[in-house]
Amino acid sequence: MNILGGIGRAVLTLLADIGRLADFTGRALAGLVSPPIYGRLIGIQMLRIGYFSLPVVGLTAFFTGGALALQIYLGGNRYGAEAIVPQIVVLGITRELGPVIAGLMVAGRVSAAIAAEIGTMKVTEQIDALTTLATNPIKYLVVPRLVAAVVCMPILVAIADSIGVFGGYVVSTGKLGFTGSIYLKNTVDFATRADIESGLIKAAVFGFIIALMGCYNGFQSRGGAQGVGAATTAAVVSSSILILAANYLLTSILFNT
Amino acid sequence: MTAKIELIGVKKRFGSKVVLDGIDLAIEKGSSLVVIGGSGTGKSVMIKCVLGIITPDEGTILVDGVDVTRLKGAARDPVMRKFGMLFQGAALFDSLPVWENVAFGLIQGRGMKRTQAREVAIQKLAKVGLSEDVAFLSPSELSGGMQKRVGLARAIAADPEIIFFDEPTTGLDPIMADIINDLIISTVRDVGATALSITHDMVSSRKISDRIAMLYNGRIIWQGPTKDIDHSGNEYVDQFIHGRAVGPIKMAVKA
Repeated sequence: MNILGGIGRAVLTLLADIGRLADFTGRALAGLVSPPIYGRLIGIQMLRIGYFSLPVVGLTAFFTGGALALQIYLGGNRYGAEAIVPQIVVLGITRELGPVIAGLMVAGRVSAAIAAEIGTMKVTEQIDALTTLATNPIKYLVVPRLVAAVVCMPILVAIADSIGVFGGYVVSTGKLGFTGSIYLKNTVDFATRADIESGLIKAAVFGFIIALMGCYNGFQSRGGAQGVGAATTAAVVSSSILILAANYLLTSILFNT
Repeated sequence: MTAKIELIGVKKRFGSKVVLDGIDLAIEKGSSLVVIGGSGTGKSVMIKCVLGIITPDEGTILVDGVDVTRLKGAARDPVMRKFGMLFQGAALFDSLPVWENVAFGLIQGRGMKRTQAREVAIQKLAKVGLSEDVAFLSPSELSGGMQKRVGLARAIAADPEIIFFDEPTTGLDPIMADIINDLIISTVRDVGATALSITHDMVSSRKISDRIAMLYNGRIIWQGPTKDIDHSGNEYVDQFIHGRAVGPIKMAVKA
């Protein structure tokens, strides 16, 4: 009986969480299409989410591209297909690794920061203070972060794609004996517009997930420092899992597989 | 005469815990009412119900005779523009300098230009005894007493009709508490506002109120003019105002 009760409670808690997230998402989307729109805050968030994520995204993309080139070369070598390195690097980076690696890195950096900031505002009554000052907290706090993340993530991924391919180029020409001009020609000839676009669409969706989960978990935080810490952890874990799940779904939809 | 704020049978529970069990309270225009009561008796929940931050389960809240109990979104904005609030911990926005905290309601709520709002903020800071230099500091650079003053300046920045004070003197030394009490009296009088405060500080209650009401077990168990508090004839009130451990009030260990 206790086991059944426990399962029942867990299911109810899960359903309540899904309901709360759906309600929060609905209010956030409604905030996107109704005034006021805080342009100045969107600009500040673009700086925080986009510009300040450039070093971490760039470095990860560079090393990922380099490691990918090495692995493809070693794997292809078994079948005498090591010349295929530029093609597979550009395909892997633009379609999968660029958006996913950038998404996960930004989730760790930005989603945590958003949850910690909003969570602290929640437990110190700053969000209540916004309400008393006739300011809608969803429009003031959530909408600028959502807009900034959805706009910045594709830009970050475009940069990550370029740096990732460059990482592959550096390793291939410096260590694996490829000729630079041939490597670049193979890369450009092989990459299609759809490869790049699919990565950018994924990036926009990942940006939405990152900002939404950061804001939602921040708003849900309770208690003091421990509650804010739990919200931060929940934001990173939930956004990372949702990014990987969304990546699979989007790959399946975008490539009709 | 219509009360400025009126609560009629307001009830609120969280899960199985009944916090407000039928609050009836009226505050006349231009008067200052203080609601006293122990920690965890629902004073903050009551004030948040009036502010619209929490929606009551039952009952009605009237502001200027208009039912605002379940007003949400843009429909509530005109009501919110009548309010100013000083939070217990001041609740200043860390990301903004002091002047922008004070001017926040003017810029975001009323669309005032930033340069004009900054002038108003500096004037309001002067009213609570803070110099122009403070305006450009971050809230984290201020002491608790100064943060309360900034919170008070923010509460009066838009010349509200009703000002709420949540534990205005909690955590302050006696001298700073007295300074804040004097500022509350003078600012409320200058603005001509109606004031609703919640506190368990009896020194502050006696000083800033015209009337006092006591909240216990989710109900108002006594209310009357401040001068009558020492002769309330209510043993709960007597125990509370004299701070006696022994009496009919049993303090709950768990919230």
